Amino acid sequence: MNQLFNIFLIPGVLLMVFMLISLFRLILGPTVPDRVVALDTINTLVIAGMILFGAAFEEVIYIDVAIVYALLSYIATLFIAKYMERRAKDK
Amino acid sequence: MTFLSIVLVLFLLIGIFFNGLGSIGLIRFPDVYTRLHAATKCTTFGSIFTSLSVIIFGFYFWQVSGDSKYGVLALHTIVALACLVITNPTGAHAIARAAHRSGVMPKQSVIDELKEADLK
Repeated sequence: MNQLFNIFLIPGVLLMVFMLISLFRLILGPTVPDRVVALDTINTLVIAGMILFGAAFEEVIYIDVAIVYALLSYIATLFIAKYMERRAKDK
Repeated sequence: MTFLSIVLVLFLLIGIFFNGLGSIGLIRFPDVYTRLHAATKCTTFGSIFTSLSVIIFGFYFWQVSGDSKYGVLALHTIVALACLVITNPTGAHAIARAAHRSGVMPKQSVIDELKEADLK
């Protein structure tokens, strides 16, 4: 074990605090695009946090999960955007 | 304090600072477009730097200890970083276009030049 592993632990916890701050915008947000922006920010922070925790606990599988999470959250964001456009067109 | 740990701490500090600015901007800015501007650019830049410190850590310990686990850690982090850098701005463009088409205007705006250009 190495002392350097502890370096990555505190930034990972700080990223979780930033996720909590973004969660306020997700709850408060007055319009639908506000909430989608907050969700996108939380997804990016989750990916960065997973990479940091993977380095902190020496687990490569966490980083593999981060790759899949990045691609799936991208697809989810694109579909929500498409849905908002189509709903505006029907109106 | 070796040179390696100074570099790692510096990259982590830059990354955490910009990620924090992104989430504070998400709370403080007045409308969707400025929030998107703050949140997407700052979190992408910050995540690049935090992942870069993990990559440097992995390659350094791969070379020092010869354990291939650290090399796998660094290479998989490169793949995850590439996915993040490609997908994040694209998603932000899609959200901005959908927000404009669903009729959300920037705060204090008086004219909509994009809509007038479509009408011509």
